[in-house]
Amino acid sequence: MSAVAATPAVDRETGRHTSSSLIYFSSISENTHRFVEKLATDAARLPVYTRDETLLALEPFVLVLPTYGGDSGHGAVPKQVIKFLNVPSNRELIRGVIGAGNTNFGETYCLAGDIISVKCQVPHLYRFELMGTSEDVDRVHEGLEEFWTRLSQKQAQQ
Amino acid sequence: MTPEKLKLASHVVAINWNRIEDEKDVEVWNRLVNNFWLPEKVPLSNDIQSWATLTPDEQLLTMRVFTGLTLLDTLQGTVGAVSLIPDAITPHEEAVYTNIAFMESVHAKSYSSIFSTLCSTKEIDEAFRWSVENPNLQKKAQIIESYYYGDDPLKRKIASTLLESFLFYSGFYLPMYWSSRAKLTNTADLIRLIIRDEAVHGYYIGYKYQKGLEGLSEERKAELKDYTFELMYELYENEVQYTHDLYDSVGLAEDVKKFLHYNANKALMNLGYEAMFPSAVTDVNPAILSALSPNADENHDFFSGSGSSYVIGKAVNTEDDDWDF
Ligand SMILES: Cc1cc2nc3c(=O)[nH]c(=O)nc-3n(C[C@H](O)[C@H](O)[C@H](O)COP(=O)(O)O)c2cc1C
Ligand SMILES: [Fe+2]
Ligand SMILES: [Fe+2]
Repeated sequence: MSAVAATPAVDRETGRHTSSSLIYFSSISENTHRFVEKLATDAARLPVYTRDETLLALEPFVLVLPTYGGDSGHGAVPKQVIKFLNVPSNRELIRGVIGAGNTNFGETYCLAGDIISVKCQVPHLYRFELMGTSEDVDRVHEGLEEFWTRLSQKQAQQ
Repeated sequence: MTPEKLKLASHVVAINWNRIEDEKDVEVWNRLVNNFWLPEKVPLSNDIQSWATLTPDEQLLTMRVFTGLTLLDTLQGTVGAVSLIPDAITPHEEAVYTNIAFMESVHAKSYSSIFSTLCSTKEIDEAFRWSVENPNLQKKAQIIESYYYGDDPLKRKIASTLLESFLFYSGFYLPMYWSSRAKLTNTADLIRLIIRDEAVHGYYIGYKYQKGLEGLSEERKAELKDYTFELMYELYENEVQYTHDLYDSVGLAEDVKKFLHYNANKALMNLGYEAMFPSAVTDVNPAILSALSPNADENHDFFSGSGSSYVIGKAVNTEDDDWDF
């Protein structure tokens, strides 16, 4: 995450603000939370309850989220994530999305990731199931590093 | 085995859905209610022609697989889900189990709808006789049943989650295989509805197991974890034999075993444990995976692909009205 950590994260980590380059939602079953823990990188978790104030991102970030519901696109994106993305400044800083789900849900496997990818015009970087296998952890770890490096190179060129 | 009388809930209070102690109860209840379906909705008779293209061996295999699944759904509907009710932590949890139990009966009946559409009464009777006589099938039902009648509520949830999320898959493989070859596609549609239901069941029972672990001593947690892996091994060995018994005749046993490993890992994750089988043996045939979920193949992923261009997801309608953009 060296690419984005231009300012020391500590100073700016006040209250609802976060400069983490990984922001995620996980419900009380905590599968996604356990996956992110295994990544062992700095990450910020969105509030579990919609009634709580959402986070404000300060730096570019990748969003990790599970799919819930998903009957013909309805209710697939958790309300807490909708609340977070309804904030225009958060939308401006999202660079990619990683979907969590379960292939047993068939056509709606990781649908929430697709929806956000289209709505925010960012790539759906990866999909994994439940709390992810060790291979998923390795791939996301490496993939994210490469992704941020490439983004910063692109910016330098422009 | 002489099963003891099933314990019933000792104390019943009226369920107040306006006082929710665990919001997962409502979420899962709503999802199960929205998922409700009946086999009559699926035009199974469109598979009659396709059925006729299967060889006699393939037909026999298919019928046996479906009677095996019928047995598991019957077990889960009449004993398994019901046995979880007395241990429920919240009254809403009890209601979810009654919903699960009912859907298992719908599942069990669905196989009979498939049979009556595709096969003769004589063939059906023979397949059911096979299910009673097959030692591996009977053994898996007996192992699970013994825990349902046992007196440890958390072990009951472990057994139940392994049934929901692991034991069905030696059977579910076959309709996915047929579907990948454009055979019995309506039957596969029905099975996919069952698979989706089982995913919610396994998630929910596994979640309640993890809730049950909260506040227990480290020793007790370790005991239950060991127990989970022991039971998984015992069931796995039996599944391997069952798989060879069924699929050797058509040469698919090795392919099925990969699917078993893949699902065993997911069953363990539903209980909050790490996957057990390494990726070298969980590389499920991509045709089977995409029969299960059209989005499951790696080509959709930016990290896994060549990485030369961005992959923006396919257009999907969002009907939720709380989006601001
Ligand atoms: C009610 C319910 C509906 C779900 N619907 C989907 C779905 O449509 N597509 C999918 O890929 N996963 C679906 N899932 C699976 C979850 O996304 C998966 O279990 C995830 O790991 C949950 O993450 P969390 O524990 O961090 O909240 C569903 C799970 C539940 C309980
Ligand atoms: Fe079932
Ligand atoms: Fe089930």
